[in-house]
Amino acid sequence: MELHTLTLTEAAAKLHSGEVTSVALTEAMLQRIEAHNPALNAFLSVTADAALESARQADARIRSGAASPLTGVPIALKDVICVKGLPTTAGSLILKGYRPPYNAAVVEKLSSAGAVILGKTNLDEFAMGSSTENSAYGPTRNPWDMSRVPGGSSGGSAAAVAARLAFGALGTDTGGSVRQPAALCGVVGLKPSYGRVSRYGLIAFGSSLDQIGVFGRTAEDAAVLIETIAGHDPRDGTSMPTPVPNYRAVLSRPLHGLRVGLPKEYFVSGVQADVSAGVNAAVKVLESLGATAREVTLPHTDLALSTYYIIAPAEASANLARFDGVRFGPRAEADSMWDEYRRTRGAGFGPEVKRRIMLGAYALSTGYYDAYYLQAQKVRTLIKADFDAAFNDVDVIACPTSPTTAFKIGEKVDDPLAMYLADVFTLPGSLAGIAGLSVNCGFDGDGLPIGLQLLGPAFTEERLLRVAHQYQQATEWHKRQPPAFSH
Amino acid sequence: MPLTLAEVQHIAELARLELAEEELTHFREQLSSVLDYAAQLRAVDTSAIPPTATVLPLRTVLREDAAQPSLPREALLANAAESEAGCFKVPPVLD
Repeated sequence: MELHTLTLTEAAAKLHSGEVTSVALTEAMLQRIEAHNPALNAFLSVTADAALESARQADARIRSGAASPLTGVPIALKDVICVKGLPTTAGSLILKGYRPPYNAAVVEKLSSAGAVILGKTNLDEFAMGSSTENSAYGPTRNPWDMSRVPGGSSGGSAAAVAARLAFGALGTDTGGSVRQPAALCGVVGLKPSYGRVSRYGLIAFGSSLDQIGVFGRTAEDAAVLIETIAGHDPRDGTSMPTPVPNYRAVLSRPLHGLRVGLPKEYFVSGVQADVSAGVNAAVKVLESLGATAREVTLPHTDLALSTYYIIAPAEASANLARFDGVRFGPRAEADSMWDEYRRTRGAGFGPEVKRRIMLGAYALSTGYYDAYYLQAQKVRTLIKADFDAAFNDVDVIACPTSPTTAFKIGEKVDDPLAMYLADVFTLPGSLAGIAGLSVNCGFDGDGLPIGLQLLGPAFTEERLLRVAHQYQQATEWHKRQPPAFSH
Repeated sequence: MPLTLAEVQHIAELARLELAEEELTHFREQLSSVLDYAAQLRAVDTSAIPPTATVLPLRTVLREDAAQPSLPREALLANAAESEAGCFKVPPVLD
């Protein structure tokens, strides 16, 4: 049996029926990582011994009959999530060698569920980027075409799941960093609503936006993962006490009567023709399943990019002030503390992180705060109100996740604005704090995956997962494997 | 309007970043083009719009003001470049 071809849900079923062991699944994934990761660079660190030890414990737990749906399933974590004692770099030189003294809340939850952690995945430095090229440890490649980017910033997690090097993965989404790489790699990526998942132990980037999300090959796989990591945590003051639904229980509910909104601002001329065609065809499938589609308007969409690139860098400049060579990470030698700070940060941060820290420092500085930061927060109110109004008339919004399929490595790396535009359709939902999901809805002329983005009101993850699941039941796209990784 | 080199230097100083000469020039262009783009925000009439403080329903999160277990000191010092007598050690702050 080719174990890697199983979805997370299928692998879990075989584990619980005793047909396979967690050790066998873990060994299969570790072998694939060893064979493929040198070229793909999806993983920054692999923890084979710890993974096999967790697998043995999981097998014992399954035999004892105390298993949860994730027990024994090998998964990967974006390297911005703290795991006690394991290297956690955030894709940055400034955290080289850092080993956190504690586990993130999501790691605690995964551990108590008995999940097997294979290792940590590559990302744009501090989750800032849309291509994973901003990693200090080299770019990750797209499994569908190794000359192209996997998207970002959670590119390592998306590529690992697409290439079948892990059955699922965790990422983070501040402006699209789960949904956009999911689209470019042809997997399902769920960005939960702001407040759904605890960020305790997540290295912070933009604190009013950051949210931990999940990757799977199917919506059902994503449902298992989110169900495990969601929920209230007093250690994250923004985590909401809203009960966690049984996400899998509603997946099979049909779509009759579902109202789908198509925002006219997202179906515009700048979108790659294959992408529009793929998304339109997907909407037809939803209609054939009983949904009704209508046009809606989100009039402030064209302001989202500017708004985001003031607010997120402002928050980043404050959050990244803690990296000063004192408590963690390498330190540059200097005669005074202030020079030590400047040199450590000058040498430790890469170009995009420096750009964003400077943008943020500027937007918050005396004389510019009102014009940039405060104005951006006011426009954010308008963007959120657009969604509130649209969701009076529709249950979900459907649109492209990304205006294009995967672009070439190097194509946009020195043109920040062009790179920022890769997230133009994911930024508005992030600013509004709502739930978002990307599901593969076909391939372009070059065989590259196209992403359908589904957006729903805050705390409607189960609705998005259900729509994506019903779509996948009616289509075959998610069964395609990247040719170079099918064996 | 493009930033001046002096402004870029000032921002780098605020952000405590030591930048090479060519980085300053490069960032000057790139930051100027992003700020030019973001200038579109100024044209929006927001006189009656409150800023977003949080996307969450407003609530006050409180906990009991009681000491709770914390991480051991050695674990927190273990990642530091330098420590002494149970404290983080830094280069001189004053000349």
